[in-house]
Amino acid sequence: MKDFPYTESKDTRSGFGAGLHELGKTNPNVVALCADLIGSLKMDAFVKDFPERFFQVGIAEANMMGLAAGLTIGGKIPFTGTFANFSTGRVYDQIRQSIAYSGKNVKICASHAGLTLGEDGATHQILEDLGLMKMLPHMTVINPCDYNQTKAATLAIAEHEGPVYLRFGRPVVPNFTPADQTFEIGKGIVLNEGADVSIFATGHLVWKAILAGKLLAEKGINAEIINIHTIKPLDAQLVLESARKTRCVVTAEEHQMNGGLGDSIAQLLAREEPLPLEMVAVNDSFGESGTPDQLMEKYELNEAAIVRAVEKVMARRK
Amino acid sequence: MSQDTSFAASSATSTPSASTSVAELKQIAAQVRRDIVRMVHAVNSGHPGGSLGCTDLLVSLFFKVMKHTPQPFDMDGRNQDLFFLSNGHISPVFYSVLARSGYFPVSELATFRKLNSRLQGHPATHEHLPGVRIASGSLGQGLSVATGAAQAKKLNGDDRTVFVLMGDGELEEGQVWEAAMYAPHHKVDNLIAFVDRNGQQIDGPTDKVMHLGDLRAKFESFGWRVLETDGNDFEKLLPSIEEAQSLLGQGQPVLVLMDTQMGFGVDFMMGSHKWHGVAPNNEQLEIALQQLAVEKAGDY
Repeated sequence: MKDFPYTESKDTRSGFGAGLHELGKTNPNVVALCADLIGSLKMDAFVKDFPERFFQVGIAEANMMGLAAGLTIGGKIPFTGTFANFSTGRVYDQIRQSIAYSGKNVKICASHAGLTLGEDGATHQILEDLGLMKMLPHMTVINPCDYNQTKAATLAIAEHEGPVYLRFGRPVVPNFTPADQTFEIGKGIVLNEGADVSIFATGHLVWKAILAGKLLAEKGINAEIINIHTIKPLDAQLVLESARKTRCVVTAEEHQMNGGLGDSIAQLLAREEPLPLEMVAVNDSFGESGTPDQLMEKYELNEAAIVRAVEKVMARRK
Repeated sequence: MSQDTSFAASSATSTPSASTSVAELKQIAAQVRRDIVRMVHAVNSGHPGGSLGCTDLLVSLFFKVMKHTPQPFDMDGRNQDLFFLSNGHISPVFYSVLARSGYFPVSELATFRKLNSRLQGHPATHEHLPGVRIASGSLGQGLSVATGAAQAKKLNGDDRTVFVLMGDGELEEGQVWEAAMYAPHHKVDNLIAFVDRNGQQIDGPTDKVMHLGDLRAKFESFGWRVLETDGNDFEKLLPSIEEAQSLLGQGQPVLVLMDTQMGFGVDFMMGSHKWHGVAPNNEQLEIALQQLAVEKAGDY
């Protein structure tokens, strides 16, 4: 099992804030909108240095999505910022009609996704956002794993023509992705090559998959660990190559089973290469209040859960 | 103003121009109304009532007021006036006016609501119909989009104007009021919004379905300049639009409350919500077309 050294832990939302600030300097068409959550989205630096390109919308997310669609008419590249719940479920029809169906070049940037928002509870923890967004035709859906990758993804989506949903979060997690790694939309990253099982993880669960890989190595299991940062379009070629090699698959994500990464990979395998699959994800449940670590343990989204899923799927392998 | 002559040849309309007379506008409006009833009749679906009521506004904007370039169509519309239709169900009037001002062939109106058409039931950009810049139909979104487009113009140093039309029933959607609060706060003063105040919605008069209250007072309290006019009388409508334009650039967006009659121009469709989403039958179509006479026939 490869080692993944890191010098510090950081929150992915700060990677977004840093990327947005850099875009402010490098791309004059980038504009930003926020619904009363500048600090939470780490947009402060952009707001300070590019006030003429920042639009405070107030607590009015529906209007924010419409404004963003309108700003594209005239060549702007709008980045909207609010929590994942208010970026998706609250404004689904606005995104559907004014952005996705209208093919507008809007970047929907969503923080505090998943359970790791913690104590605020289920009203603010969305576990359905990936599914909601990936169902929209032509929507690109990205869930990076750490600070560096979130920053790189933020830069990359500005260069991509079309609507994008970029999901990140609040907790600090090990920042192990190389700072100079280019972000390629739709290209998964093989973190550790292995022959016994394929673990496809996204977002905060990528680090958990690395921890699981170490535990599995101690048991003599050589796991292939792949970071699927782009849920849609899915890197089908990479997924199939790995699955055909290991003959069994585990997916891991901070999301409902329904509609998430595991769902996408299950569909792909069912069509192309039926193989046993286990999903580490939330099973048809809302979240609740608690610390992020407590919640990830209770809802079985940690390295121990991944190890259990690997053992189960390997036992099912023919 | 550019216009492909092949379109003009098949229409009874004249070239869009600031000098277009009221008499000419009336002829164009009659032709557009003929298109509307024929389009909805042909597919036995669509929304004639609001389309007929808003015909005079759209004809005024596209054939006299707006500076716009139908061809080649430019989605960004730099240095052009832009129009957004928020109440997308009145697509028949939008399509007719777009075609007759040169955005696409008038003959294409015959494809309205049919399979593989660019003229979807509600306006969409998905099929790349020139002149449409946003999908609409799910109500309440257009004011937000228009406001964003107006702010893009400001960032671009583009001094042209963004126009948007909403229905009055549409004002029951909460997003409208989010945008209504936003535009004055951000001093979006290159924006003119029209409300088609016909007092009707699907389930009946707006006063009974959901009382809208004093719209002038509501918008003024949000920081808008508000005008009121008759949307079915060019002699009143055109000066009101001119006045609205004169109020631009003063730190406030402008709203025009435009009283119209649903179904205007066809007597049996007028003043009732019943023709919101119903097409005329063959006999009704003949009566309607007799009432919508034009000097020079130019039906598609």
